[in-house]
Amino acid sequence: MFTNFLYILRDYGMKTSLNEWNSLLDALELNLNEASLLEFYYTARAILVKKESDYDKFDQAFGAYFKGVEDSSTFPPDLKKWLAKAMAETMYNKDEVDAIWGNMTLEEIQKLMEQRLREQKEAHNGGTKWVGTGGQTAFGHSGYAPKGIRVGGIGHRRSALKIAEERNFRDFRDDDVLQIRQFQIALRKLRLLSNKDEAPKTELDIDETIEETCKQAGQLRIVMKRPRKNQTKLMLLMDSGGSMWAYADLCSRLFKAVNESSQFKDLKTYYFHNIFYDNLFTDPSCRWMSRINTDWVFHNIKNEYKVIIVGDASMAPSELLLKNGNIDYYRGNEESGLTWLKKLKKRYPAVIWLNPLHVKLWHYDYSSRTIGMVEETVPMFPLTVHGLEDGIKELLEKA
Amino acid sequence: MLQFQGSDTYIASEELMRSVNIAIALQKPLLIKGEPGTGKTMLAESIAENLKMGLTIWNIKSTTKAQDGLYVYDTVQRLYDSQFGTAGVEDIGKYIRLGKLGEAFQKTEKSILLIDEIDKADLEFPNDLLWELDKMEFYIPETGKTIKAQERPIVIITSNAEKELPDAFLRRCIFHYIAFPTPEMMEQIVRAHYPNLEQKLIDKALEAFYNLREIPGMSKKPGTSELLDWLQALVIGGVDPDKLKKSLPFVGVLLKKTEDLQLVGL
Repeated sequence: MFTNFLYILRDYGMKTSLNEWNSLLDALELNLNEASLLEFYYTARAILVKKESDYDKFDQAFGAYFKGVEDSSTFPPDLKKWLAKAMAETMYNKDEVDAIWGNMTLEEIQKLMEQRLREQKEAHNGGTKWVGTGGQTAFGHSGYAPKGIRVGGIGHRRSALKIAEERNFRDFRDDDVLQIRQFQIALRKLRLLSNKDEAPKTELDIDETIEETCKQAGQLRIVMKRPRKNQTKLMLLMDSGGSMWAYADLCSRLFKAVNESSQFKDLKTYYFHNIFYDNLFTDPSCRWMSRINTDWVFHNIKNEYKVIIVGDASMAPSELLLKNGNIDYYRGNEESGLTWLKKLKKRYPAVIWLNPLHVKLWHYDYSSRTIGMVEETVPMFPLTVHGLEDGIKELLEKA
Repeated sequence: MLQFQGSDTYIASEELMRSVNIAIALQKPLLIKGEPGTGKTMLAESIAENLKMGLTIWNIKSTTKAQDGLYVYDTVQRLYDSQFGTAGVEDIGKYIRLGKLGEAFQKTEKSILLIDEIDKADLEFPNDLLWELDKMEFYIPETGKTIKAQERPIVIITSNAEKELPDAFLRRCIFHYIAFPTPEMMEQIVRAHYPNLEQKLIDKALEAFYNLREIPGMSKKPGTSELLDWLQALVIGGVDPDKLKKSLPFVGVLLKKTEDLQLVGL
């Protein structure tokens, strides 16, 4: 049988289990796939893939397994290129493939491949179908697979290849297993418990129930209350790319901790590169399409939000101090980064800056001159568990 | 074999129809994900209509517990009744109320069960339903009865991807992600709902609609249902299609949030 396909799927990072594999075999038994490769493709995908972010992996694995069809010289060049790259080192047994798919005509196979290619192009333009695969391409950049970009977020016009050539980015939401518990415990201190909410009264108030029932001479009178909920709203601003790469791991840990502690009433995350100006970005790649007006953010996100900025604050002084000092020069900026930072501070009293750079290096050399300037405006703490605890104290005091 | 073909008012892509039919054939729940407004909920209605089956809808909220779908033992009512000596208090069965899942299991004909927006509930919620959805039965300890589906319902589950669903649960599902319709497909959908619209109006409205969706930073992008409502508003309001280029009349139908309205400068 074609059990190899299962292993190839797993090689490409899918967590296909025997359970699902058996379901697929069941489906074949029921002859759901009508013996066409196209039908097989969709059947297998529906049964084996469980997340839209895995569609891309499936496509890669599928391409790799059905490498035999590549021999045809009739494929369009970009398809061949795609096939060649996607299939780098995977082994296959041509006889086996032929035996199973021998009844397929070349036209059918070709049609399928063409369709995939067409769909992929359309999808990248539309930016909806391949949401979740983001910059992850079928071109071997799986090391930077930004899985799990928020679905239904911003629709970017993306071309996978182009992005691969641009700055690599990583979505901090990626599911690498890291020790995030410590951060989470620290973040718990930021809770602000309150039951002054409009939430439904779903909790039994035992004390009041006893009191009321006694007043009614033993006739039961139940009193409900609102569950206590965390009222803290948090805005996270993260420096992404450039010198921050060295700390990607650390930042991703913090990001995961913040995200997973669903204890916050609301959490907003925006990204910037080195320092922000009139635009922030809604995804870590800071691409132009995902920009969001900083004024808009200030206007719409109320000042009750606590703000945590994460960044190394190391940049050329011009980026922080000058008009048009933006590192992405073609984007320009009317007001200096420091001015924007001051605006932020004015708008949100509770703001801290977490710096992944070791404290010893903060005032060490020329490249960290900007750290001092930032520090004067926004209280800065090292991105360590202790630093986070101290920072949280600061946030709570300013509340 | 049952074959879902889409219906007059619901345009399903070929892929989606295939996934539905696979789920029916393999008797597994079909998990549907996709942006709001891509017709996830409508799908179940459309299947019910197409296959002429009954539809049970279980709307999930943040407070919904798995138990709610099975049955609720109304202990409070029983306690009240006992205080006033109401007849039948000794019969616990009288105070057992079946939930939506229980209801669907009780049906004598094959039916459809829609578990809508499963991601709204607690993280563990899907795991609590594994056995029930696998075996299509559950046990009520209070009465010692087992409720077993007489006909396995076709289960459709929708999710807005607000939360990750547990792997154990995902393994048991057939999965389909509904992509936002392409303009061509959207035109078909519009035609299915309003067969008599002027072509020009459709073209202009779709253009404006997709442009609007492209604006970055939109907190709630307009979906298919908003577009359909908007088109109706345009027809009733007698708006000249050419005007859509410059202004967006009835934009409130498309955008529901104040900040989005400000964003487009209206």
